[in-house]
Amino acid sequence: MMERFRQWYENRHDYAREWKKKTGGKVLGYFCTYAPEEIMYAAGVLPVRILGSHEPQDVTEPHIFGMYCPFCRDCLAQGLKGRYSYLDGIMISQSCLHIRQAFTSWELHIPVDFSYYLPMPNNVQSKRAVPYLAHELRAFKNALERWMGKEIRDEELEQGIEIMNKSRRLTRELYELRKSESPPLSGLEAMYAVVSSQMVDKREYNNELEAILRKLPQRVEDNSAKIRLMILGSENDDTEFLKMVESLGAIFVIDDHCTGSRYFWNETIPNQDLFESIATRYVERIPCPSKDWPVRKRVSHIKELARDWKAQGAIVIQQKFCDPHELDIPSIIKSLKESGIPSQFLEFDVTVPVGQFKTRVEAFLEMLRGEDLF
Amino acid sequence: MLEKYKTEPLKCWSKAKEIRSNYYKNYALAHEKGGLRWAGGAWSFDAIPAGLGDDVYPLTGEPYAASIAWNKEFALRCHEAVEKAGYARDLCSYMRNYWGSIILNEYLFGGKFPKPDFIWQDHICCSHAKWYQVARDLEGGDVPYFAIDVSVGPYEELTPSRLEYVVGQMHDGIEWLEKVTGRKYDDEKLIQAVLNHCRSTSLWAEICTYNRAIPAPLDEKTMYSLYVLGTLQKSSKQVADFYEELRDEVKDRVERGIAAVSNERCRVMSDTQPPWAFLRVFRYLEKYGCVSVGSLYTFGLIGMWEVKEDGTWGPRKTPQELGIEIKDRDQALRLLASWELKKPEWQHFYSPQLKSEMMIRIAKEWKLNGVMLHYNRGCEGLSLGIAENRLALLEAGFPVMIFEGNMGDEREFDEAQTISRIDAFMESLGFEKLEE
Repeated sequence: MMERFRQWYENRHDYAREWKKKTGGKVLGYFCTYAPEEIMYAAGVLPVRILGSHEPQDVTEPHIFGMYCPFCRDCLAQGLKGRYSYLDGIMISQSCLHIRQAFTSWELHIPVDFSYYLPMPNNVQSKRAVPYLAHELRAFKNALERWMGKEIRDEELEQGIEIMNKSRRLTRELYELRKSESPPLSGLEAMYAVVSSQMVDKREYNNELEAILRKLPQRVEDNSAKIRLMILGSENDDTEFLKMVESLGAIFVIDDHCTGSRYFWNETIPNQDLFESIATRYVERIPCPSKDWPVRKRVSHIKELARDWKAQGAIVIQQKFCDPHELDIPSIIKSLKESGIPSQFLEFDVTVPVGQFKTRVEAFLEMLRGEDLF
Repeated sequence: MLEKYKTEPLKCWSKAKEIRSNYYKNYALAHEKGGLRWAGGAWSFDAIPAGLGDDVYPLTGEPYAASIAWNKEFALRCHEAVEKAGYARDLCSYMRNYWGSIILNEYLFGGKFPKPDFIWQDHICCSHAKWYQVARDLEGGDVPYFAIDVSVGPYEELTPSRLEYVVGQMHDGIEWLEKVTGRKYDDEKLIQAVLNHCRSTSLWAEICTYNRAIPAPLDEKTMYSLYVLGTLQKSSKQVADFYEELRDEVKDRVERGIAAVSNERCRVMSDTQPPWAFLRVFRYLEKYGCVSVGSLYTFGLIGMWEVKEDGTWGPRKTPQELGIEIKDRDQALRLLASWELKKPEWQHFYSPQLKSEMMIRIAKEWKLNGVMLHYNRGCEGLSLGIAENRLALLEAGFPVMIFEGNMGDEREFDEAQTISRIDAFMESLGFEKLEE
């Protein structure tokens, strides 16, 4: 039923090339989910998130020092290998230093027509963040207008907001179904849905998801006996890992990833100043840990997710060397523990040691089931 | 071995040591004098808390953690304590040294770790604001905390709105300071501190320009002990005055041909913070008659620069030199923000190219034979883009040696391998060891 999302995810480059051929439009690659896709849709470009391929590679060594996260190196590797040769432009909305290096090296070594650095504020808890970001969003719109050679009108911005909001609403509906005692979809299917939505035309994604949401409640899947897990942490589109865990009698019912719930959780609420509306959405979204200070707002959100989706345990993952997540994980694990939710921490690389992780996850699930060895 | 140049110790050396020593003592004893303590990064706008009074003493995290790194035994205990508390060992090693000192409740300079009355930080890399978020947790969670985000893009693209974002946070910070300390804020003290800040940082740049001379009057190992005062409290009159004294002495050394390395015949620069526990590698260079004349790090972390009429880099003109009179708080804050956002060490956060351009400029103007890049596992901020810097320097025709290490965690530095690399690098540059 949800096969289309997997196909989009696995054939992302074919999709984008086909989209260009079909529409004659431009494709803009972005590096972090703080990218304001509303404005890109308003400009008529296809925003595509640049992600890695989970293959060992040796092309980034001359460009990024090995102490930076494998994810940012994997992303750059895709560019250096020419896999994103169809991109007309790239942009980044400022978040962590790691992914920023993938962007700046891409800018230096892979020619594109358009390149844009959006200095998204990090102090999102300051009252100064929204007016500042609104200004930056206007500057981004102006740059897109110059690149596209056409004006972006308010009606188009409103449409861009609606495309994004609809996608967010529908994906939240999908996630709501996972609250059920026997969720009608697996964590892997949910991951395919969200990650593919970052790669394809949201209008097409919305149509597909609307149709699925009509059929899903009737789907017969007995997942009621499975251990309900939450997964959270750094960027994660490691489908092999999810598949492995869900083959062990567990099901992921909720997540906190930028490839998951953090991406779509809140909507843009339009008011008179559309740029301010969009800015408010990105400033108030569930934050990446690099922006979650001085107060750690994400921790209470994670606890609420775990409670509302009735997670019995949490798998906390982190891309190796990911400083922002490393800085929050001890506090998250402690907080989950205080709420009675045990967790299992795993460090991810471009490829994960499935065998070793399987043993650890099995032990974790045994502990959750309260099984005794003897 | 015959000496090519005369050399002599710095006259103001002991004064620099005394200022540093008093700084750490004053912080620890602040409460005994009825004063306040604040903790934060060396990149914080330290001129702002100066408006609370003359008895407000800072402890800047990076230089404190670098001092810990120099004490290998204590540093190791700090790292182990932090790892035991659940934090990853690949995080910023300054941060881990600092947290370790809190967890162990030991102040490097004696006694228990002195808890700050408030935290005044800024956010430059992924770790900076988070550093003190964790520090506050470790201190019991009750230390008031304020941080300013400065991530508004490179100086050359500064817009009124970007400046306003930083200045706005500064204004909010002053209101917050009044609230958490219960003290009335003195704008006159702020203005004086801003002027001192500009004077210190411009003077440090001027001092570095004298190292263009052959022989260089200062070597980088010595410079580390001098620039550090700017990382402690650049807005203090004492530091600004000291840099004036140092500038005069360095100028005099150049006029008299006094060298840092008596057999100078090869000039290099490094990059990023050095492995503090192994500064002797800089002394090892001297066996080849090689002097490290500085780096973008030693020049640009504290030094404030501008391009002069002849196209070379020189000290940025201070507001005093430009005849600017600061009349009120807002003007002082705008000037301070705009001054600091031009810091050379801030620019590379947005593009390795900006850093490469500055490094190539130094390599040319300071007449270098080559560059030694420290791939520093301890600092994600300053190692950012370092691999691209290497490529750019090579393309510009400068030989580059890289060595991997960690500024604050000696477990990640291989001294023997670094020495071997230096030998090979020197050989590739055509230098043999001088006779003992």
